[in-house]
Amino acid sequence: MPDQKAGQICIVTVTGADRVGIIAKLATTMARANINIVDVNQKIMEDYFVMTMAVDIGKATIDIGEIKKRLDRVGKEMALKITIHDENIFKAMHRV
Amino acid sequence: MRISVEEVFETVKMTLDHHFDIRTVTLGINLKDCIDRDLARLTKRVHARIVEKGQLLNKYADVVEQKYGIPITNRRIAVTPASLLLEPLPRRTSTAVRFAKALDIAARKADIDFLGGFGAMVQKGMTAAEENLIDAIPGALSQTQRVCGFLNLASTLAGINMNAVVKVGHVIRDLAHRSENGVGCAKLAVFANVPEDSPFMAGAHHGIGEPDFSLNIGISGPGVVRSVVARNPDCDLTQLSEVIKQTVFKITRAGELIGRELAGLMRVDFGIVDISLAPTTLAGDSVAEIIEAMGVGRMGSPGTTAALALLIDAVKKGGAMASGNVGGLSGTFIPVSEDAGMIRAVRSGALSLEKLEALTSVCSVGLDMFAVPGDTPPEIISSIIADELSIGVVNNKTTSVRIIPVPGAKPGDIIHFGGLLGSAPVMKVAARFASPRFIERRGRVPSPLLALRN
Repeated sequence: MPDQKAGQICIVTVTGADRVGIIAKLATTMARANINIVDVNQKIMEDYFVMTMAVDIGKATIDIGEIKKRLDRVGKEMALKITIHDENIFKAMHRV
Repeated sequence: MRISVEEVFETVKMTLDHHFDIRTVTLGINLKDCIDRDLARLTKRVHARIVEKGQLLNKYADVVEQKYGIPITNRRIAVTPASLLLEPLPRRTSTAVRFAKALDIAARKADIDFLGGFGAMVQKGMTAAEENLIDAIPGALSQTQRVCGFLNLASTLAGINMNAVVKVGHVIRDLAHRSENGVGCAKLAVFANVPEDSPFMAGAHHGIGEPDFSLNIGISGPGVVRSVVARNPDCDLTQLSEVIKQTVFKITRAGELIGRELAGLMRVDFGIVDISLAPTTLAGDSVAEIIEAMGVGRMGSPGTTAALALLIDAVKKGGAMASGNVGGLSGTFIPVSEDAGMIRAVRSGALSLEKLEALTSVCSVGLDMFAVPGDTPPEIISSIIADELSIGVVNNKTTSVRIIPVPGAKPGDIIHFGGLLGSAPVMKVAARFASPRFIERRGRVPSPLLALRN
């Protein structure tokens, strides 16, 4: 994954009820802040709809605090729980 | 390999549903070089350093919290034991109280909720300055909000300083009567074998073996552990230990990552990760409920000590695999007032003071945040402390006592301290046949044979 060296990979997690337009809405939010989407996955787990989106915020025009605020707004609009974490927290916790 | 959806979901769920957080980041600050024969000059230097570093701690903790999306609940400061700083100053309690007030003002200015280190290491004997500091504790802790005190009264190598234990019984009682509901006593912990790098209050201080600055981190996840135990209702105890271990591994790794990054940003040494399971009054964030999820009917009923021992062993093994810097207290806290399950256990009669004492032989910290009637005589308080500290001394481990005599209260009353301190049911002290004669012999309980290891 050579792109990781240059940027900062974060994982956006979306949980809630599946509906039309989630990815589109997030993609627009990201594009506006010059954030590149690297990977998208989704699954139904324990009755939750869970989507994870790996994004590179290395060249973003806003900081992670502002990204969080915008994601919260999207989450409120669409009745979803959206979080963003630096990818390294997951690597630390789930890789020996 | 990219992280899977399942792995991401597991972590996100820990923070959203199970109160996983970094309980505290505590910056240890050396103040030895601030010592002066003039109190004003000492407090000026101390103030400048605490305010500067405290503000930096808050600033960078926010940055790291945002980046990793894991809440950092408390940001605290631990300083060199105050008794050392007061050595060259006049032996007046008013001097020590004024110094405590200066610490309080600095902590408030830096927006730090608790600052630890107003204490002394007196396990073998007390210098005149240390004795003065102990005498000043009731005034100092009742007239400040953010300052925490500690006293190390015993150690495996020195034995128990019974002169100090007797003195402290009076100090605690005096402190209790100077604060509403005795809550000032929540800011004073007395120890055997106190660790010099614990990030947790009230006992945190920056020990004499520490560098100029040291960032210590306390992770916490009783809710996370309880949920994994509850999801495994039928496995045998060996397997149960495995799943706890794996969970603690994960949360410890998160703590280590965040601690290292924060220390790097602040350009200070990274100290230790304290893996203690620390409950809060939030629903589900309870150590007692882990024990109950393991299958013990109610915290305190038969089986509790064994369950707690298994839990702590699994926590230590998972934590030690995750980090080479596990330190501090690293056990499990069972404070009565700060854990909804503990409160329930006491109220229902399942957990007595005697059983609580037994539980401390397998866990840290000791008899913590429990209330007794305010008319409990000082010598009974000292006797309870002596009992608890012996468990630490003989078993080569840390034990402590944070006892709150509540003026005017009787057993069964519920006292609300508010905020992080929760509420405590007043416990019965079985003191009908107690006598002060043992305590009043004073002297030093010699160190156990265990101390002769060379």
